[in-house]
Amino acid sequence: MWTFFHKLASPPHFYRFAATLIPWFGIPGLILIAYGAYAGLFVASVDYQQGDAFRIIYVHVPAAYLSMMAYMMMAVGGGIGLIWRLKLAHAVGAAAAPLGAAFTFLALVTGSIWGRPMWGTWWEWGDPRLTSELILLFLYFGYMALRSSIDDTAKADKASAVLALVGVVNVVIVHFSVEWWSSLHQGQTVFKKGTMDADMRIPLFAMLIGFTLIFGAMLARRIRTEILYRERRTRWVKELVLSPEGDK
Amino acid sequence: MDALAMGNYGPYVWSCFALAFIIVVFVEWRSRVRHHRVYRDIEVQIKALEDRQ
Repeated sequence: MWTFFHKLASPPHFYRFAATLIPWFGIPGLILIAYGAYAGLFVASVDYQQGDAFRIIYVHVPAAYLSMMAYMMMAVGGGIGLIWRLKLAHAVGAAAAPLGAAFTFLALVTGSIWGRPMWGTWWEWGDPRLTSELILLFLYFGYMALRSSIDDTAKADKASAVLALVGVVNVVIVHFSVEWWSSLHQGQTVFKKGTMDADMRIPLFAMLIGFTLIFGAMLARRIRTEILYRERRTRWVKELVLSPEGDK
Repeated sequence: MDALAMGNYGPYVWSCFALAFIIVVFVEWRSRVRHHRVYRDIEVQIKALEDRQ
């Protein structure tokens, strides 16, 4: 068991391992998203209060969940990188940031589009969930800007890891904002019993798992790129590039 | 047509799904392009070094 994890932390080993993960995550992810989107759009019953507008949750909820999960990966990666000086952990954080920013943007825009017919407004500055999610997007931008402004990869890793760890406070605020303060945004319903009918809940879970798997496949590809760039002067990369199989 | 209209919420629902599709495809495409570019740059550098030696 420990040997497996020890090997996994080795960049050349993880580079090959990540390549095998991409189809294993990507194909089931696409199937689940196709099913979830179809069932969410055409099979799930109409919500008695929100009408068909509720179907936006099938993209909004997975995007919002991934926006927080990606940040937590960055923070955990940063923490592991700082404590155990594991370069691969920093690579995971760097690879997760653009994905997290993309899903945060998607969560904000789909939430805004849903808010227009439901709340009568595209945006409400006083709402803690909306504002903290926007701050999360700025944290992603700050993290990426900080990384790209420092040429030395080791220094960029350390500085961005500290920023990622400090920003975890905001993820906690995003998550609990609907419970701590009065918010236009509805409270947590997905995992509460009796709040959603099965024909609404099953497609949502399919979308949540499908989006997570697609995120995993995209993250695996981005980690491979990070590893390749960081290890460009090493012998194994030279052997990989000069081998007849190349990057297969 | 009823499925497209989504009880008059069609523009809101379909634009969200379309945006999700566009973002996922764009991010995946960007990731692939970046990977190929990094790999090609390294390949060019290593082969130039090999030729010099």
